[in-house]
Formats: sequence, C-alpha cells, structure tokens
Amino acid sequence: MALLQVNNMTHFFGGLRAVYDYDLEIEPGQVRGLIGPNGAGKTTIFNLITGIYPPTEGEIIFNGQNLVGLQPYQIAAQGVCRTFQTLRLWRHMTVLDHVKLARYSKIHYGLIGAFFGTSKRHREEAEIEEIAYNLLEMVGIKHDADQVVINLPYGVQRRVEMARALASEPQLLLLDEPTAGMNPEELVEMMEVIRRVRDELGLAIFLIEHRMKVVMDLCEIIQTLDFGEVIAEGTPAEIRSNPRVIDAYLGKEGIA
Amino acid sequence: MEVRERPPAEAITKNTPLAKVRSQLAQIPLLGWLLGTLLTVVIEQAVGRPLALALGLSNIPGLFGLRIMLTKPALIPSAVAYVLLVYVLPTLVVARLSAPLANRLAQQLLDRFPLWVSLIVHLGLFYATMHLWGDISAYRVLFLKFILISIILTLSLNLVNGYMGEFSCSHPGFMALGAYGASVLTVLLFVNDDVFGTSLLPPALGPFLFPLTLVAGGLLASVGALVVAIPSFRTRGDYLAIISLAFMFIVKSVIENLEIIGGPRGFMNQPKWANLPTVFVWTAICLWMIYNFTRSTIGKAMCAVRDDEIAASAMTVNTRHTKIVTFLFAAFWAGVAGGLFAHVIGYINPGTFGVYKLSEVLAMVYLGGLNSVVGSIAGAAGLQLLMEVLRPLELFKWIVIPVLLIVLMIRRPTGLIAFTEVNIEDLLQPRRVPGKER
Repeated sequence: MALLQVNNMTHFFGGLRAVYDYDLEIEPGQVRGLIGPNGAGKTTIFNLITGIYPPTEGEIIFNGQNLVGLQPYQIAAQGVCRTFQTLRLWRHMTVLDHVKLARYSKIHYGLIGAFFGTSKRHREEAEIEEIAYNLLEMVGIKHDADQVVINLPYGVQRRVEMARALASEPQLLLLDEPTAGMNPEELVEMMEVIRRVRDELGLAIFLIEHRMKVVMDLCEIIQTLDFGEVIAEGTPAEIRSNPRVIDAYLGKEGIA
Repeated sequence: MEVRERPPAEAITKNTPLAKVRSQLAQIPLLGWLLGTLLTVVIEQAVGRPLALALGLSNIPGLFGLRIMLTKPALIPSAVAYVLLVYVLPTLVVARLSAPLANRLAQQLLDRFPLWVSLIVHLGLFYATMHLWGDISAYRVLFLKFILISIILTLSLNLVNGYMGEFSCSHPGFMALGAYGASVLTVLLFVNDDVFGTSLLPPALGPFLFPLTLVAGGLLASVGALVVAIPSFRTRGDYLAIISLAFMFIVKSVIENLEIIGGPRGFMNQPKWANLPTVFVWTAICLWMIYNFTRSTIGKAMCAVRDDEIAASAMTVNTRHTKIVTFLFAAFWAGVAGGLFAHVIGYINPGTFGVYKLSEVLAMVYLGGLNSVVGSIAGAAGLQLLMEVLRPLELFKWIVIPVLLIVLMIRRPTGLIAFTEVNIEDLLQPRRVPGKER
C-alpha cells in the first residue's frame, strides 16, 4: 500500500483553478520530485497536503487515513512534515528550541509539567534535547545550537528548517525548494544532507526543486506540473526527453 | 569548581579604576549582595533616624530620598549623603568583604542540597531585607505590596503581549473580576457586614482559606478570558485588541450597575489579609510558574506562534490551544493580583480598573521589555517607583512619565531588557575569580 495517496485533487482560489485533477502515490522510502514553471501550483499542492488549506475536491490518504479536513498540526503529528520555500523560522528562538519545539505533539508532561516543573517534565525535556542534538549533528549544525536563528547564514537556516522538520519524526518529508538561493558550496552540502536523511532515516521524500541537477540526481520519479495539471510523470531520463516537459519547462537547451 | 579565598584580582585586571571596581564586584555572588542589603536595612533600623536628623532631614527618607530631592532641592546633599551612608556604602563593603564566604556558602548550598533549597535561602534573605526595610514605615510596606502586585500583573500580561505577540487590553478587566470575586467570597464567608449579613464561616478560618478565595478570583478571571479568547483566537490580527478592550469596558460597566456589590460606589470591608509575606509568597509562586512555563517546550510554543504561526502549526503545534491556554493562564494571574490588591486596600471600586490601569500595566510591560521575566520585574518595579517618586509633581507627572516612555521607545523599541532570559541556576552560582574562568 502506498504511504501517501492523493486522488483527483482539485483546488480553486476563487475562480482560479490552481490544481486540477492531481494524483500522486508515494511509496515508503521513495524520493519523488515535482517540477514545473513558476505559478504551476507546486507549492499549492504542498499546502493542500499539509492542510494549510483544504482541497476543493479530492482525497488525500496517508497510511490509510484521510487527511482532508484535518488541521495542519494534526497532519504534521500524523507524520507528514515539511519545509518552506521562503524560510519560516521563529526569529527570536535558538536553533535548539526550533528542533525541540517540533516534538510538541509527542510531549506527555502536559500543562501540569509546564507550570510546575515536575520531574517527569525534566526527564522528557532531557530526552527531547538529546534527540534535537542528534538531529542537529546529522544536518551538521550542532555547534550552532544555542544561536538565535536570525544571526545565522542562509545555508545554516535552511538546515535548521530541515532538522526541525525531521524532529517531528515524519514518515514523509515535503521539501519545498530546499536549495533555493544557495551558493554552489551550500548546494552540495544540502544534497548530502538530503541523501543522509533518506539513507539513515529511510523517509519518503517529496521535493519541489528548480535545479535540474538536484532533481535528476535525487529523485526516482518526477512529476511535471503546468497550470495545475500533471503533464508528465516518469523517471529522470523519461522526463528529460519528454517533449511536453521540454516545451513547458525545461526549454530546448535547458537540460542540465 | 573550587572557590578561591583570596583572589589576586589586582594582578590580572587592567589598571583603570573602573575596571578594578568592576572586577571586584564581579566576584560577589547573589548571596553576597543579599547579605549586604540585609545588613544595610539592619543599619537603617538601628541608626537611620538619628543619622537622618543629624543630616538635617526631618525623618528617615521614605524612598531613598528621591521625593525629598524633588520637593526640597536644598536638602539634596543631605538625602544623597543619607543614601550613600546607609545604603550604598554598607552594601558594597559588606558584599565585597563577605564575597569569599558567600561564594563558599553558595557553592555548598548547590552541592549539598537540591536547587530549591538554595532558591529558598535566597528568597528568604531577600524577603528579610524587604521586611526590615518596610518596617520603617507603613508607607513603605504599601509601596512594596504595590510593586509586588504590579510584578504579577506585568509578568502575566507579558505572556500575552510579549511571549505570544498578541495585544490584549483586558488585563484591568481580569483584575476586576479577580478582585470582586475574591472580595465577595471573603466578605460573604468571613465578615459580618450589612451587605451579606453574618459570615457563613467562622472568621477565624479566614486567613487560612484566603488563598482559596484568591484562586477562585483567578479562576473567575480565567472564565472571563475564555469569553474573550473563543471569538478572538479564530483568526490572527487585531481582533484580540478590540475585543479585549471592549471586554474591559463591559466588566467595568457591569460592576457599576450591580447594586449588590456597591455599584460605582465600590465594595468595601475586605479584611486586610494581604500582608507583605502573603503578597510576597504569591508573587514568588507566580514568578516560579511563569518561569517554568516560559522555559518549557510547551511554553515556547507561544513564541513560535508569535514569530510564525503557520510554521508553528506545520510543526505539530496546536496553535489555538496554545493561545487559549496562555491567555487563560495570564488572566488567572491578573485575577489573583486583583484579589491581592483588594485585600491590601480593603476597598475597591470599578473606576480603579479602567483605562488608567491599562495604560499603567502596558507601560510596565513595554518599559521592562517583551519576552523577558527579568524585564517585567524591572519594568513593574521601575515604573511603580517612578510614579511614586514623581507624585509631588502632581499633574506634571503625566507629562514626565510619557515623555520618558517615548524616549525609551525610540532608543530601545522592545524595552529595557527584552528577549533576555536569566537562568535561575546560573544566578545562584558562586562567582569565579575574573580572568580565571574556565
């Protein structure tokens, strides 16, 4: 059974058809890509899956459960977590707090623990902290744990987002342009991080990306979106040679 | 972790006098400062009055001679001399001389006992200082109580306006609910008066059940907060500010129109059970709970909601729940503060809990600093002191204080000590010899 199955999803913003009759199937541990020109509806699809707004039509089945109508935090707690295209970090908080907070739904000490500092709370906070440090080590920013995020360079901030998303223990990770705005050095490091995440944690990853090198290297199957509709789906090699994709997105010469 | 008894401070620091003083002071742990201030107030009790008279002052200056300086400029030198001789000098000398001992003591406390023992010792010393200082005059006691109540109010409002980044205006309303709730209970249960008739319970039980009435007042305020929270936290934006402001006025006019509790004339005969230790203990509990809350991951969800709500919700944080819990918690403490206030004065009227109170609390929050427990304490104590000191200026007080606030907002838009957290554990640590750290 597929980990995530999206059937006939359609979404309208008023009269604007942003996504039309979209289907998706992701197996556990699979890395999939979503490409397409700007405004094709890629991020909208992410927002629909993560519940930021509900789809006008269609169903989203994750692990056999319908996600449509759930709040974003419930969907995230089910195991679908994401990063954002434009960074959405909490500007006054430290790196460590970012990662710890993504464990929110897994905290058991409750309000009593929060108000009175029970020993159960101290135990749990220590556990969360250890998990957070491990994740920060995995993405290679453990030494920045106590920094406030706005003081950090862009590449590091991107990794904070990654570590934060991982802390909620997702089974499916949605990455919205994980390498946007990165310099070549940061790009190589980020690809390394994504590979590590895939190999060590065995997550399914669904990523939006404009850099063909990243998509072609990482993804097993790629979808191409144009005007909210899937115009092609296949392996990197198939996508690269698909005339409709070349026409709509890649361009005649643009294959990296 | 070894603490040196005689630090060779002069050898390792720079030679400027200021740096020297600073390095000397840096060796004093919190415990040393508390010992110093404690001895200072003992000295004031012993020789304060003769000394004040000798310096030409009519009595011991109430608030560090600050008011004397404003009203009688000729006495400024005397007041300054008094403050130096009684407060500054003894504190510095005792704190510095006792530093090695205090360092060792602080270390022992932390090593041998759990953290809370050390905390209680520090709090006890602090309370003793406050108590002895207040012993000089009833005016000082009242002033201290008001500061402590302001701290509760400011801290709880900072949770909503600072930590959670919403803008709530209903704190005086919650305070009124708490004040009237607790007052009605104490008067109904423990006081023989002509409003509610004879007391339902023996008055002797009163002081013991007084905390419960305060909690009841706090809970009533929380129920009021729920009424505000349910409609206003559906969306983000300025709704809370508007709805909470309306709520404040509604509470005020409801009370004004309830004849049974005195209407606009106010409600009186509350037994004055909120003595200094009671108010202090409640403030300490409030501080402790809010400190705990803001440092827990559940509490930090507030900050995430403030900085980016969509991201918070995408990271499994139930944002609505977070907002409502924080708001109710803050309202509870405003209610408790109101209850304490009522039992400090023994009389309340709806006029107290209006826009004036609101601006006062808001000013304390923004003066002290958003998102900071220490900031709120500083803001509450600072503004309370300022308002007390500037009282002789009468109407001009309301020109001076706003101007000061405006200047502050230009220089430090988020307040004096914003976004800074102090770790209690670090605070109670003995100080190492400067230059030899780590």
